[in-house]
Amino acid sequence: MNSLVGAAPLLLQGLWVTLSVAVLALLLATALGALSAAAKLGGGPVARGAAAAYSTIVRGIPDLVTMLIVYFAGQRLINGVAESVGLEGVEVSLYGAGVLSIGFIYGAYMTETFRGAYLAIPRGQLEAATALGLSRRRTLTRIIIPQLMRFALPGYANVWQVLVKSTAVVSVIGLADLVGLALKIGRRERDPFTYLIVVLVAYLLITSVSGWLFQRAERRLARGT
Amino acid sequence: MEAFCAAAAAASQAGAPWAFNPCLVIDEGPRWATGVGITVALTALALVLGFMVALPLAFIRTQRHRVFDPLVRGYVYVFRGSPLLVQLFLIYYGLAQFGFVRDSFLWPFLRDAWWCALLAFTLNSAAYQTEILRGALEATPKGDREAAVALGMSPWLAARRILIPAALRRALPQMGNEAVFMLHGTAIASVITIQDILGVGRMINGRYYVVYEGLLSAAALYMALTGLVVLAVRALEKRYLRHLYR
Amino acid sequence: MKRIALAAALAAFALPAAAQDLKICVEGAYPPFSQVTNAGALEGFDIDIANALCAEMGKTCEMVQTEWDAIIPALEGGKCDAIVASMSITPERMQRIDFSAKYYQTPAKFAAAEGVDWKDDDAGMAGKTVCVQRGSIHQGYMEGVFPSASLVLYPTQDETYLDLTSGRCDAIMADSIAIQDGFLNTPDGKGYAFFGGDHAVPQYHGNGAGIGVRKSDPELRDALSAAIAAIRASGAYSTINDKYFPFDIYGD
Repeated sequence: MNSLVGAAPLLLQGLWVTLSVAVLALLLATALGALSAAAKLGGGPVARGAAAAYSTIVRGIPDLVTMLIVYFAGQRLINGVAESVGLEGVEVSLYGAGVLSIGFIYGAYMTETFRGAYLAIPRGQLEAATALGLSRRRTLTRIIIPQLMRFALPGYANVWQVLVKSTAVVSVIGLADLVGLALKIGRRERDPFTYLIVVLVAYLLITSVSGWLFQRAERRLARGT
Repeated sequence: MEAFCAAAAAASQAGAPWAFNPCLVIDEGPRWATGVGITVALTALALVLGFMVALPLAFIRTQRHRVFDPLVRGYVYVFRGSPLLVQLFLIYYGLAQFGFVRDSFLWPFLRDAWWCALLAFTLNSAAYQTEILRGALEATPKGDREAAVALGMSPWLAARRILIPAALRRALPQMGNEAVFMLHGTAIASVITIQDILGVGRMINGRYYVVYEGLLSAAALYMALTGLVVLAVRALEKRYLRHLYR
Repeated sequence: MKRIALAAALAAFALPAAAQDLKICVEGAYPPFSQVTNAGALEGFDIDIANALCAEMGKTCEMVQTEWDAIIPALEGGKCDAIVASMSITPERMQRIDFSAKYYQTPAKFAAAEGVDWKDDDAGMAGKTVCVQRGSIHQGYMEGVFPSASLVLYPTQDETYLDLTSGRCDAIMADSIAIQDGFLNTPDGKGYAFFGGDHAVPQYHGNGAGIGVRKSDPELRDALSAAIAAIRASGAYSTINDKYFPFDIYGD
């Protein structure tokens, strides 16, 4: 028990790493998902093809494999590109590799979420907007985006739940996240069980609280319907 | 061919960022084959065993059994709310630290990484499948249930002949997703020394000091397997969900 | 005498270049050579030697903790300039990177529960579960000379000790000093001991542990070799050696 209390600061540090990676990855995934959905919905054949390839490849490879590729192969590729251009290569940090790979993976899932949400907006509303003479910008901000947010929220919440759990895998490439630290400390104390249970409870709390927050948001956005 | 292999090997050995030596990958063919076998076996067994566990649990959920339902809800909550990796570590590292586990009849299984992985994956998949099947069972049209009663079927017969087949049909797309997720999930087994596809890939990387050959080949194999699963599910959907297609 | 003169000459070259940052890849999971304290700091024989060499060369060094699997790619990719991680100088590795002169050399041995009477040849180890670190010379040696044993690969040496004590492994094979000080001398190592003799086959085990550098860095390689000779001569090496080991692990 004592060692658990003593390890608390280190574990909290790990928790911070886990949560920050998850949130940053979510932002990246949202951006990539929006772009990719836009490409699929309104882009030319090249854009649509690229978006389809992105989806297929990313959803065909396990998270862990993608992460290892981004960290190891990505570094080598960056070095190669930098060399041929004559610049100094950028170093791919463990943290960066974690955020990039998770964001990249879940961007593909977000594509479907945003695409589905856009298609759920009644066509009639868009036509009415044109008939009323609303500018494209006005249509976007007043009609499309509010409804998009409402329709996308359940799917968005789902993707977040899966994303936050997948951050556990960054411990495998060596990042000092909650899982990695708990395992290291647990092994040293010859008591991995206790520390892993702590991690389990932490994740249950994260997913429960997230779920509750998203439910409230959904109810809020659905007001008036 | 020989010359190509030699040249590719030389470029790869020199650590060139663009080099990829396919001959190295092909030479290790037997190891890859074993790895694919292990991945497929783990995935298939976890899905099937998970299903066998999930079906009764799904019924418990739909019947809202007073004692067992909260237990099942608790189990599903824990296994769906936490990462598979943590569950695997708890079973592999966590259980092994207890003397009473090491002295029990379970030890020959729990000491082996393969069984630990199978246990973790099965428990995880069963939790997800329970929810999928529960949703599918609860979506049974009331009319179907009433018709079974009207025909004088016993609950067991009604379940076997009407409810379960219909629910499976309804659950097909989500089960397909679960199959793909389980396939990807098994990659974690490599972390506890199992030489599945990723295990072989990382071993090759470590042995020959390369980076692309092991990881990219592993990625390609997973993509191929995912594609096969998706095609299989689509074929099943075409057959059993024919009535939903226009 | 000649060695000291050579070292001094090279040191003179290094000094005008000012204290340059040198990044050193270390592992941190290989006691007593390289491990991480509870507070998160790196310590061990490898770390001390690296610091001593840097002091000798007049450079400031930064330790970069790297996973064993990725340590050679890390060197090649520029994440560090030298590898000080008890890496044995083997012909296979020489194809990729260069090595300085050795800085220690010790044989490999098997370890298992006390009192086992297994013979340490292929027939004697047939069917036994032997655990080694993935990517180490011991993996190559086991695969080459003990194909009948059931080999299990681990990302770090530390984990092999854990699974030996939990009963997952029948035996482990690794560097004798690493096992002695990293495991047998610790509380967890009670009831475990070496069995069989020393194993040191140059084809698999190489010729001692050296410092890995890129092939494009012969000056660094030579500077390191000279520095090793210098600290051997100056007594800095034996100070560090005696801190950990009861005998000189340099070998001959």
